[in-house]
Amino acid sequence: MNVKYMYSLLAVIVLFLLAYLGVEAAGLRMLFGIVIPYVAVGVFLLGVIYRVMGWARSAVPFQIPSTCGQQKSLPWIKPNKIDNPFTPGAVVVRMFLEVCCFRSLFRNTRNAIKEGKLIFEWEIWLWVAALAFHYAFLTVIIRHMRLFTNPVPVCIQMVEKLDSFFRFEILTNTMQVGLPGFYLSGLILLAAVTFLLLRRMMIPQVRYISQAADYFPLFLIFGIAFTGILMRYFTKVDIVAAKELAMGLVSFHPAIPARAIGGVFYVHLFFVCTLLAYFPFSKLMHMGGIFLSPTRNLPGNSRAVRHVNPWNYPVEVHTYEEYEEEFREKMIEAGLPVEKE
Amino acid sequence: MNDRKYIIAGLVIFIAIFTFPFWYNLGKASPGPDIKLTEKAKAAKQCVMPTEYMRAEHMHLLDIWRHAVVRNSDRTFVNASGKEFTMSLSNTCLDCHSNKAEFCDKCHDYASVRPYCFDCHIDNPKEKK
Repeated sequence: MNVKYMYSLLAVIVLFLLAYLGVEAAGLRMLFGIVIPYVAVGVFLLGVIYRVMGWARSAVPFQIPSTCGQQKSLPWIKPNKIDNPFTPGAVVVRMFLEVCCFRSLFRNTRNAIKEGKLIFEWEIWLWVAALAFHYAFLTVIIRHMRLFTNPVPVCIQMVEKLDSFFRFEILTNTMQVGLPGFYLSGLILLAAVTFLLLRRMMIPQVRYISQAADYFPLFLIFGIAFTGILMRYFTKVDIVAAKELAMGLVSFHPAIPARAIGGVFYVHLFFVCTLLAYFPFSKLMHMGGIFLSPTRNLPGNSRAVRHVNPWNYPVEVHTYEEYEEEFREKMIEAGLPVEKE
Repeated sequence: MNDRKYIIAGLVIFIAIFTFPFWYNLGKASPGPDIKLTEKAKAAKQCVMPTEYMRAEHMHLLDIWRHAVVRNSDRTFVNASGKEFTMSLSNTCLDCHSNKAEFCDKCHDYASVRPYCFDCHIDNPKEKK
């Protein structure tokens, strides 16, 4: 047992109980259905602005792109245009590959001692799971827009349709899955987040560097995906009432629907609100940070272009010419050599 | 860096995307679906199961019915209060709820759900017993 992940797990369980008992036992539907979502969205937006503007104000005194290839130098040395970008265009290509394909994660290695030697092996599974996780999460967010828009835009319906193209219907006496249409993204999200969580717990080196702040978002996102899947396939909720609540929130006419929505729905909503409010103040801000990392977004042209920190104030200098100008007569009197007579 | 204008532009784009549901629905009144029951359904007072159950889980029930009829050739459903029904979407469900556009479609459109039940079950001739 590791206290770091036990604390995170405990925090998520407490959040679950708070929402479930708050709604089912105390009947705080107004609080969990209206007040907390608005507060969470507000905290998220202001927090993101605050963090990003903080980065925008930071000085970048040095040109520090991480070089993963040969820098452009002499004409007969072949430069690596993308891994060591020289022009803004190449930087854009590098950033695109980084943001959309997680290129630096693709180079992930793992070390091991084999036959008494330290060796490095290429390890692809972190990249695969991270890619699956992020794109599944994006798809989940996009298709949730069907609950926040009326009428539902065609592009969102298309995403939904694509996501549920895989007909997968199981009906036994105890279990029923696949009707309503089975969403692949939900399953991939849950599988990927489970992998990323187990990776942190199982691999000793990764466990050693993992903090409670690393486990907490994973447990929280696991909780979100789990309650979502639970509501869709197992303990169903009144989806029309859920959409009425969501529509009330986004059209600024918030109201708790007259018909009851299950406690699991409020847990799901509370988890999402927690994630939103937690987002700007945690490692999850890598969503904005990846665009602003100086090791990625600066061109590797330090040999050709002098990088000047724009925060540098003009320094007053007293050159030798000026010095001589000021003291020439005294210098001649004292017999010191001068450059201009 | 003196790239503050690019950073602010990026931030504005992000906020515009994030607040999409807010501005998309701006000024649009969106009441929930107003479903209409037929006279026959009103007279029957209760569906095969309680209304709350039907609202949330009718698709589940239909799947169970399909399984029972197609796999087990069992066509009789007995509900909790002991009443018997024939398991048939066309002959039982759509008999009372014959106003598909006013009943089924209202919620399905609202929640953006496109069940494939009606690919066969409404325009085609009714099933024979």
